[in-house]
Amino acid sequence: MRRTLLESLTQGPLTEEPPTPDEAMLAELAQSLDRAARAKLGRSLSIREVDAGSCNGCELEIHALSNAFYDLERFGLRFVASPRHADVLLVTGPVTKNMREALLRTYNATPNPKWVVAVGTCAADASVFADSYAVAGAVKDVVPVDLHIRGCPPSPTELLKGLVALLESANRSA
Amino acid sequence: MTLPRTTVTEEQWLQAIDRLAEGGATLLGLWGDDDCVHMAVLDQRSDIVVLTYMCKVGTYPSVGAKHPPAIRLERAIGSLFGFEAVGAPDARPWLDLGFWDVRHPLGRQAPAQKVAPYAFLPAEGEGLHQIPVGPVHAGIIEPGHFRFTANGEHVVRLEQRLGYVHKGIDRLMQGASLEQAAKLAGRTSGDSTVAYSYAFAQATEAALQVTPPPRAIYLRALMAELERLANHFGDIGAICNDASFTLMHAQTGILRERCLRAADACFGHRLMMDVVVPGGVARDIAPDGLASVRALLSEIRKVFPRLIELYDNTASLQDRTVATGIVKPEYARQFGAGGYVGRASGRGFDARRDLGYAPYKELSFDVPVLETGDVNARVWIRIREVEQSLALIEQILDRLPSGEINAPIRAPGSAGEGLALAEAFRGDVLVWLRLDRKGSVARCHLRDASWFQWPLLEAAIEGNIVADFPLCNKSFNCSYSGHDL
Repeated sequence: MRRTLLESLTQGPLTEEPPTPDEAMLAELAQSLDRAARAKLGRSLSIREVDAGSCNGCELEIHALSNAFYDLERFGLRFVASPRHADVLLVTGPVTKNMREALLRTYNATPNPKWVVAVGTCAADASVFADSYAVAGAVKDVVPVDLHIRGCPPSPTELLKGLVALLESANRSA
Repeated sequence: MTLPRTTVTEEQWLQAIDRLAEGGATLLGLWGDDDCVHMAVLDQRSDIVVLTYMCKVGTYPSVGAKHPPAIRLERAIGSLFGFEAVGAPDARPWLDLGFWDVRHPLGRQAPAQKVAPYAFLPAEGEGLHQIPVGPVHAGIIEPGHFRFTANGEHVVRLEQRLGYVHKGIDRLMQGASLEQAAKLAGRTSGDSTVAYSYAFAQATEAALQVTPPPRAIYLRALMAELERLANHFGDIGAICNDASFTLMHAQTGILRERCLRAADACFGHRLMMDVVVPGGVARDIAPDGLASVRALLSEIRKVFPRLIELYDNTASLQDRTVATGIVKPEYARQFGAGGYVGRASGRGFDARRDLGYAPYKELSFDVPVLETGDVNARVWIRIREVEQSLALIEQILDRLPSGEINAPIRAPGSAGEGLALAEAFRGDVLVWLRLDRKGSVARCHLRDASWFQWPLLEAAIEGNIVADFPLCNKSFNCSYSGHDL
């Protein structure tokens, strides 16, 4: 164990340069965020992830955000266990009918001000699962969405771009 | 695989059930169709037969009555098709949680009715309390409901209720073009996207009697092993993390990320989605792909032995994993549990070796098996499988044939059926499909290994403390989406 720890200390970090936020995402956010909300949140956000019907591909890449290469927490972003502690809901999947109510309850349990980020192509338009008897639709059909991060699944870098855009917007007009 | 499917009489159906109950055969799957149910059975080690029972009056003799692994499959058939399993021990719905607009969406549809609240199985005694967990869990994981009944810290009964991520994949498959259907198959369980695409492609090729070119066959295996490596690294770290040993999680997280980056460099997608397609592979490995895989192998060979040593020598970690969440070998055999769940409990089945699909019959590898069946054994099986996958990838790189990567797929002109199993990291994935004359999918059923692992988790946790549940659950790492379909 000592050797592994020592090497981690001496070899320098694997963590990569932060990506610049995506302009299109900044524009989407500028429309949806109200000033009061931005002022209150500052440069630290707690994220609650909700799988509302995903194939688990998006979850794998969201997990990767916490590894040494992306190190999400350096931005002041962290995952929390309860919606009551969250500022941001990160929602994946086409929303299944079986998860619709659970998503709504999670949304209602999250204190204001709050943001919803829909992650993945399915979350944006239900993708290959649209038109199923078991699917309620995209995330925006169930709860209001502030930002879409597309991709099947979006890579950790794309996820970071979106989340950094969220932080930037929160700061800019604070 | 050519498909020996036979329509059987009631007597033959009952005989097959007896064979399953006696342990002479293993249940591989049980699913519905327009007017019948199909049952896939593994006889001895490598003979697969599919039996079809015509549900003339909407009923069939229950398999679950004598062979418990079939119970949830029958409940799912009941919810999706409306066929009744006569004599079934449990007639509660499965997958249908009462939120759909229709009943029996794949069979004779009817408007949804108001249903009584779901009755969980009882547990009675002084001082028992219930702990409901989910569907939304505390973590970045898939949704499902767990109902614990505990006596103090000790779990007396766990009952799962799944189906929250049911997306209706079997129904979406009906009438889908091969291209569309392959995309659906690849999104059944994201962590096993290669394995699902692999099994789907093989089943399609069996139905169309097409053989992919050798290069495609080797590239598929390369992707399957990269997927296995990435998932096993993720799991080993996550299990240790659930025992609060974060160093291991951080280190295996780096290895996992390196696997995904190598996959991206080779095939242009970190999870390698939609690369395995019927007839071959959608794109060839990138010119510098081979070098990035070789670099990955040497990095893993350098770092991983030290991590194994770390796992083996950390007493506080072993204290959590040894003798926790034991799956008895007789259950693993009875349920036909695949992957590390089966192999940690003495069941050595591996579709790569036992069915010997291409190219694995030309490659040499071992299938590690242990008997203790605890969390520790499931970690060790993963460790040993990482080593085997490294050796397999080396062989694949050395032998990678040149040439075409795709065999042409033409409309068959007549209906055809195919069945295939592919070994995903968590166990065998079964895909059965029927194509129509134009080459579209008439029916397709995908069966995840988790169907036969989830019930064993209920048994494994009994008598353990509630706090060890995350550890046990992670050591199984069953799929929700692959199960819920």
